[in-house]
Amino acid sequence: MKKQIRLRVNGLDYDLMVKPHQTLLDALRDELGLTGTKKGCDKGECGACTVMMDGEAVLSCLVLAVQAQGKEILSIEGLAREGVLDPVQENFVKYGAIQCGYCTPGMIMTARALLNKTPHPSEDEVRLGLSGNLCRCTGYVKIIEAVKSASTMEAGQ
Amino acid sequence: MKEDYVNIGKRLPRVDGIPKATGEAKYAADLSLPGMLWGKILRSPYPHARILSIDTSKALGLPGVRAVVTGADTIGFKAGGISSQGDEPYLALDKVRFIGDEVAAVAAIDEEIALEALDLIEVEYEELPAVVDPVAAMGEDSPLVHDHAPRNISFQTDLSYGDVDEAFMKSDYVREDRFETAPIRHGFIEPHAALASWDSSGKLSFWGSKQSPYFTYRNMAKALGIPLNRVRVIQPYIGGGFGGKNEMFAVDFCAAFLSQKTGKPVKIVVSQEEVLFAYRQRHPTIIDIKTGLKKDGTLMALEAHVIADGGAYLSIGPMSLYLMTAFFGLPYRLPNMRSKGYRVYTNTQPSCAMRGHGVPQARFAAEGQLDLAARDMGLDPLDVRLKNALKPGETTPNGFKITSCGFEESILKSKEIIAKWMSERPKESPANIKRGVGVGCYGFVCGPRMAGHNTAAAVIKVHEDGGISLMTGSTDAGQGSDTALSQIAAEVLGVRLEDIRYGMVDSDITPVDPGTYGSRVTFITGNAVRVAALDVRDQLAEVAAKKLEANPQDMVFRDRQVYVAGSPDRGLPFSKLVKTAQYSGTGKTLLGRGYWAPEGLEVVNFETGQGNMSAAYSFGTQVAEVEVNTETGGVKVIRMAMVHDCGTPINEMLMEGQLEGSAVGAVGHTLMEEIIRKDGQTMNPSFLEYRMPSTLDVGELEIYHVDTYDEVGPFGAKESGEGIQVAVVPAIANAVLAAIGAPVKRIPITPMMILDALKNKPEREVDNESSKI
Repeated sequence: MKKQIRLRVNGLDYDLMVKPHQTLLDALRDELGLTGTKKGCDKGECGACTVMMDGEAVLSCLVLAVQAQGKEILSIEGLAREGVLDPVQENFVKYGAIQCGYCTPGMIMTARALLNKTPHPSEDEVRLGLSGNLCRCTGYVKIIEAVKSASTMEAGQ
Repeated sequence: MKEDYVNIGKRLPRVDGIPKATGEAKYAADLSLPGMLWGKILRSPYPHARILSIDTSKALGLPGVRAVVTGADTIGFKAGGISSQGDEPYLALDKVRFIGDEVAAVAAIDEEIALEALDLIEVEYEELPAVVDPVAAMGEDSPLVHDHAPRNISFQTDLSYGDVDEAFMKSDYVREDRFETAPIRHGFIEPHAALASWDSSGKLSFWGSKQSPYFTYRNMAKALGIPLNRVRVIQPYIGGGFGGKNEMFAVDFCAAFLSQKTGKPVKIVVSQEEVLFAYRQRHPTIIDIKTGLKKDGTLMALEAHVIADGGAYLSIGPMSLYLMTAFFGLPYRLPNMRSKGYRVYTNTQPSCAMRGHGVPQARFAAEGQLDLAARDMGLDPLDVRLKNALKPGETTPNGFKITSCGFEESILKSKEIIAKWMSERPKESPANIKRGVGVGCYGFVCGPRMAGHNTAAAVIKVHEDGGISLMTGSTDAGQGSDTALSQIAAEVLGVRLEDIRYGMVDSDITPVDPGTYGSRVTFITGNAVRVAALDVRDQLAEVAAKKLEANPQDMVFRDRQVYVAGSPDRGLPFSKLVKTAQYSGTGKTLLGRGYWAPEGLEVVNFETGQGNMSAAYSFGTQVAEVEVNTETGGVKVIRMAMVHDCGTPINEMLMEGQLEGSAVGAVGHTLMEEIIRKDGQTMNPSFLEYRMPSTLDVGELEIYHVDTYDEVGPFGAKESGEGIQVAVVPAIANAVLAAIGAPVKRIPITPMMILDALKNKPEREVDNESSKI
């Protein structure tokens, strides 16, 4: 039996009918058409589906849509403001931290959440913070570089 | 040779960076069409069984189910790397040959109903004896995976040159070892996905996660029994491939077939768990290898015997086995070689190409043995490599023509790096921590010549505001070729990268292309783009010359300006020239066409292996430093240096990304990754249990170029990022040997193996198996 819920995503409210066991990931992708959030493993092992919920990075495949009611959800689509990339996005592009791009939205959201909490992370903190997001293409070197650079850039603002 | 370019050689961000960073980029699973159905695939629970009957009636009776198909509904096409030997139906016809083999497919109004319907399909199997071990599979009495293949041999190679026996007699030192490599996975994060839409005119539109979409274009037509012009394959963004998304798979066929049956669009998204137990893997191998050297380290002979577990189907296996057995030589001068390879069918998931394609296994064995020999003989492993290093202008006995080659320089640079690292080592470290440095070397192809279609092509359309549309048939699976190809077009036409719009593959529009494999796209398609850009530039040069009262060949196209050579003032903006050309009385339609394939290459007979298959070869030396904990057996890669000759890089930032990703992937191959199976059942079909490197597993990486300029490669460029994976594996293994003084001859090197090696280490640090003649 479907249940009506209200989700607040990227600053907008949506009334949806969802199944009780439907994940936030599937609700974002299939109900709201927000396909920027990727489904890699669907069981919390790869990090590709990371979004922010009330400022915390969460794996949207491990959160039920009904659990996300009343929370402020931020997905990759909501990160750039009025066409201006978030510094994390900008630096991912600038430093070559993107290859196939499939892990990228999750990686960027995890990095964003990390920098919100720890604006000046050490390299070890960056590595630890991103250790739940798998990437097979880049070897992580440029991802780490991009996150560090974003933190420096924001510090200068 | 090097010029001051506007676009080439610059660290330019990739053309698809922003859409990927914002989540706009659409991958196959992100696409939907009105009225779309969801498909699911039923897989065999047995490693080997005969299908006696399939009853789909209950599944069809489930509300919401629109179609169920089995092999009996198909025309029975079988796929395979050599099409005449195709052995892999997209849906099982009589038997299932591994756990995960496809039996039936369902289309329903949503994913859950499709999944539920799978449970209602009743399949009666007769279990058959299974063979999951390649050595056992080669036994006379072993069950046959395919009736046509006695002793389960799916392909064999016998490469031989020189006089191996005599060369061993003349060697001062000979040793024999056995090396083994485990099956690993490609590890892309995007699971296979396909969306297909059949229309009533008899045409199929298909969107899939394919790194080589034209493989699917061809096989789809064959499997559905329709002409090629009725198959439109459109490429969305691809979430990584590494060789594992070349071939057309059941997911692709079933989406199309179910769409044909239902008249509705059908999408199938494979779960990551299915990817991990039912799709492709890298060939696991058992390699017996014997190397003979002179006292001074000169390589005399090499003999190898390879057993490669091919799994249940042929796939691209003949090429894999050929590469494995041919690359015991490269990058060294090896006058005498004999290598026999057996690719064996077993009742496990099929093996195929994966980054480095067969060569990482061969180089692990050959480079590993070279270090063991050097240690025994008291020689510096780098000196041995230097002594035998191929030089520009040499031709190897199997016919590889070495042209641009910075291999020697890469070894010399590695010596400097090692000396520096040694000087930086901490003076004191705990007694249970041992450090070691190792090297591995490689030579790799830039687009191997395969039988059949080998030509890449490009079409360039110039818009009247000076913007450019570039189309090729090549696919960027993440490696950055869309950007590199756009840079090439921009440079030739004298515009900027942002003026180029790269159009992804659409088989109705883009030219046919072999695919993204063998490090061919930048090298071969890059040249096609260069030719297409020159074609359209020539058309524009004529108009410019007339307007500027000069010769067409004196026109310079640079940074959005077109002018007479030597007189930058005598010119006009590129966009104005385009308009002039297009709007003149008998105006031009500005279209550039280019196609290109290297000249003089031979189609190598994979069974005997003679011939030059690549127009250039990349080279390099990989250095790795590890720390081994002798109490826990843990190995940590502290740092790695890649010294490589990729010709002249087109985009250094993208090239570094290729090297870094390849190196870190190889850390997984060497130290972490293995598909564990029990009786054909994959025991670790998840990223939690099958561990790939994370940010915590990456040490420092240093990259050094050996600058060469390849005369054939576009703007002097060669392969980058695939070859290096071949050398990282032995570099780490050799570093472990240096650290603990005992060899570990199987990858992945696990803590238990380290502890065993330490326990069994002889008093002297010399391995027992060595022998002096």
